[in-house]
Amino acid sequence: EKDKEDESKEENSSSQQNRASRRKSLQKKPGDGKKAGEEGSRQRERGKKAPTKDQKESENKERKTNKKGKEEENKQKKDRKNSTSSASSNSSDEESLSEEELAMLMEQVEQKKKLISTMRNKPWRMVKKLSVLREAQAFVEKFEGALGKGKGKKLYAYKMMMAKKWVKFKRDFDNFKTQCIPWEMKIKEVESHFGSSVASYFIFLRWMYGVNLVLFGLIFGLVIIPEVLMGMPYGSMPRKTVPRAEQATAMDFSVLWDFEGYIKYSALFYGYYNNQRTIGWLKYRLPMAYFMVGISVFGYSLMVVIRSMARNANESTADGDDDNFVFSWKMFTSWDYLIGNPETADNKFASITTSFKESIVDEQESNKDENIHLRRFLRVLANVLIICCLCGSGYLIYFVVKRSQTFSKMQNVGWYERNEVEIVMSLLGMFCPPLFETIAALENYHPRIGLKWQLGRIFALFLGNLYTFLLALMDDVNEKLAEEDVVKNITRWTLLGHHNSSVENGSTATPPPLDPADVPRGPCWETTVGIEFVRLTVSDILVTYITILVGDFIRACFVRFVNYCWCWDLEAGFPSYAEFDISGNVLGLVFNQGMIWMGSFYAPGLVGVNVLRLLTSMYFQCWAVMSSNVPHERVFKASKSNNFYMGLLLLILFLSLLPVAYTIMSLPPSFDCGPFSGKKRMYEVIQETIELDFPLFVAKIFSYVANPGLIIPAILLMVLAIYYLNAVAEAYQRANTELKKKMQMQREEEKNKRNNKASTNPMLQDLEDLLTPGTKSESHPKQAEDKKTESPTRTSPVGKHRKAAPLNGIPMTGGRGAAFTPPPHMFMRQPPTLGVWAPYPGQPRPRGHPPGPVLGRGRGQPRY
Amino acid sequence: MGNKQTIFTPEQLDAYQDCTFFTRKEILRLFYRYRDLAPQLVPLDYTDKPAVTLPYELIAGMPELKDNPFRQRIAEVFSEDGDGNLTLDDFLDMFSVLSEMAPRDLKAYYAFKIYDFNNDDYICKSDLEKTVNKLTRNELTPEEVRLACEKVIYEADADNDGKLSLEDFQQMIIRAPDFL
Repeated sequence: EKDKEDESKEENSSSQQNRASRRKSLQKKPGDGKKAGEEGSRQRERGKKAPTKDQKESENKERKTNKKGKEEENKQKKDRKNSTSSASSNSSDEESLSEEELAMLMEQVEQKKKLISTMRNKPWRMVKKLSVLREAQAFVEKFEGALGKGKGKKLYAYKMMMAKKWVKFKRDFDNFKTQCIPWEMKIKEVESHFGSSVASYFIFLRWMYGVNLVLFGLIFGLVIIPEVLMGMPYGSMPRKTVPRAEQATAMDFSVLWDFEGYIKYSALFYGYYNNQRTIGWLKYRLPMAYFMVGISVFGYSLMVVIRSMARNANESTADGDDDNFVFSWKMFTSWDYLIGNPETADNKFASITTSFKESIVDEQESNKDENIHLRRFLRVLANVLIICCLCGSGYLIYFVVKRSQTFSKMQNVGWYERNEVEIVMSLLGMFCPPLFETIAALENYHPRIGLKWQLGRIFALFLGNLYTFLLALMDDVNEKLAEEDVVKNITRWTLLGHHNSSVENGSTATPPPLDPADVPRGPCWETTVGIEFVRLTVSDILVTYITILVGDFIRACFVRFVNYCWCWDLEAGFPSYAEFDISGNVLGLVFNQGMIWMGSFYAPGLVGVNVLRLLTSMYFQCWAVMSSNVPHERVFKASKSNNFYMGLLLLILFLSLLPVAYTIMSLPPSFDCGPFSGKKRMYEVIQETIELDFPLFVAKIFSYVANPGLIIPAILLMVLAIYYLNAVAEAYQRANTELKKKMQMQREEEKNKRNNKASTNPMLQDLEDLLTPGTKSESHPKQAEDKKTESPTRTSPVGKHRKAAPLNGIPMTGGRGAAFTPPPHMFMRQPPTLGVWAPYPGQPRPRGHPPGPVLGRGRGQPRY
Repeated sequence: MGNKQTIFTPEQLDAYQDCTFFTRKEILRLFYRYRDLAPQLVPLDYTDKPAVTLPYELIAGMPELKDNPFRQRIAEVFSEDGDGNLTLDDFLDMFSVLSEMAPRDLKAYYAFKIYDFNNDDYICKSDLEKTVNKLTRNELTPEEVRLACEKVIYEADADNDGKLSLEDFQQMIIRAPDFL
């Protein structure tokens, strides 16, 4: 009943509001909707007529104004009481009036349109929304044609039509786009079982898949395909042929598995590419394309990561560490509305209960010193332990890498010796995170903060591992570079000798070319690096999958089926089921991506491997998590601002950019493999292109731009800009905290004042209560209620009254704005009430809600 | 199953898309979800807007709401008659507001309504107690519940009338990191 009443009231108010605004714009429009409609149709007729008789423009105009005049008179008759004075003044200068009217109408139509576009943000019932929407649409339909005049009319109509089409197209496109988002249902299912934190991992995985698809498209379309289609065919030149010595075993699986043999000399790796400047009939500049794609892989990734970070930052309004609302937030936001699984719900209930109990205990004895000391001690202890672990793992990798260098000099080493580094790294990645988690249990952080710590630690571990690995690789590369000089001479001599021998034979014909398989090769360090990265990636994939299979699936099977005949309860006791390890998985993904970024320059096929990996892992992990994991014991929600993942990704991107940039800028490319062979440095391909393919002045400009005299000031300028923007941001931050403090103080003050008043002069209070007339107490609740139902929309009527007031799409202007506009004066005006701490529940309190002038502005006066 | 076009007219679909945060496909999917709750009650033809209402018992059985402690309140807030019985319009409304596309202000408004158990437009102490009890399945002692409620009111009640108005609630919840 109450709701219905509410609704009818709303209905009433909205129609009234429409009426008011219409009256205001058309100045003497009859209040009745039907009449308005009639008039509208007439007006529309006019609008229709106008474009058809365009040539008789002036006449038409005259007629129109005449008609308008008549109408005006009619209207005047209809509601003389309403606005006689304005009508008489209007009839005096018709021309200006119609223009003014049109402008007003236009504005109104715009407003209606805005209303239509923000309809979904209104907290109304669907029935009402639909009816208001229909009304608004009808209004727009009616009056749209009437807008614009003369020649402008046609243009306006056209513009409107295009706008409509555009909206429709956009909507269709959005529909299409949402249909294209893969795995939506899968993720939703996981979400409902495990809460939003686990789902956030899968969303991240999906995002990563999208990014990798783009990278794959870039590399595949611009580098691999052209080389395969238009480049020299396989076997035509040394770099594309398996050397004679390896040919016997080149197809063995054990060799292929190590990415040697045929795979090593395929388009998957750097060495396959030819240094021919242009290939095919398209004159495709492959070395240039290779270089540019290598750069744009990084450029695109940077752009995407930063853009999504910025978007997340915009979305997250919360500053999180506000201590003011501990209990309120716990009360109102602790439930995860996405949970749809009884087990998860049980866990959630339990965790909410304990968190309430904890904070109540904290509140009751907030100054418990020894507890804090103990906790601090434990936290320090945990950190010390973890640093020890990190150092240990770093040393272990260093040791293994050193050993592998001695192994690599020996012949006949076994499988384990060859793969020791990868195995040790994978094992460390497998066992350290759980160890960290165990240690982190000492610290007793909130799970969300705990997750961040955990992520940070594992990040440090992986980073240490990765960089040790890189250093070892650099050693390797330097060795190869030294070796190369020797081989270069040998190759030259071989070729020369072959040539000479054919000359000596006295045959005038061109000598039969040396078989490409017989030409001595350099070590081609780029391909070696690429192979290392591919191997690391593949072993990482395997370890991940095996961990899931053994650690989750087999364990779950064991627990589930052996439980019938075991001494203790396996499900509740020691092994139990595995939880989904969010931090480990996220970091695995991030590091994997770092490896891809680093390796993709030297192994263009790596991104393809990664796309496959992400695709399979989406299905595999979804299956694993649904089949063999249990929800977290302390279920917590992922915050929408998951910039933390993105921050990690950005850091990794930067760190993986460094070694690649270093090799490009300062290592000489191999002399007999890859697109840059024969150049001193890889980046010379750009200079070459500019010199040979562009007009001279471009080269000049380029040389000026590349001048350090210009680059250093540019960098300086950027640094200064960063400094300035940083300072500005800091100032805003300060202002923000200042405002917050002020608000807090105001609140406290208000509270104190109120308490004092309530305790000191209840007499005055009583008096005031007596003085309020009965009528007032009747009208106030209505107003308050009205305000409640309409408050989110209150910007729109304001906008209608004030011509220039911009209607921003969302009513109530964002969270931040709302947080910053405390109307303290509103509180001041509120008359003191009795019994602040003991309200009568259920009883309407007429004076409880301040009829603040700020809020009431849109509404004007009470309308009864 | 009928052809997609016969369930709603294109105008209806457009209107629904204007009024909710959903795309056409999602609206149809929701319609089927709605229909699956009671295939014998809901017709496949909505072009003439039949007045079908599904009782609360059916709505509460949905997996999305089944485990939610506030399911009854949610259904009540979104139902036209206040008893938790939903028409298709109400149903779409509910999912639109609860969807992740909805802005926080709208969500805050409806969250306020949901937590306002006695519909008096304020969240008073009895509402808070009910909320706590639902959240913890009555596992806190009355003393603890009372304390928690007092703390909430102390924290969030800006105008000091002993209960939370919509403004108080919005001020508080908009800044919550967990409020999605």
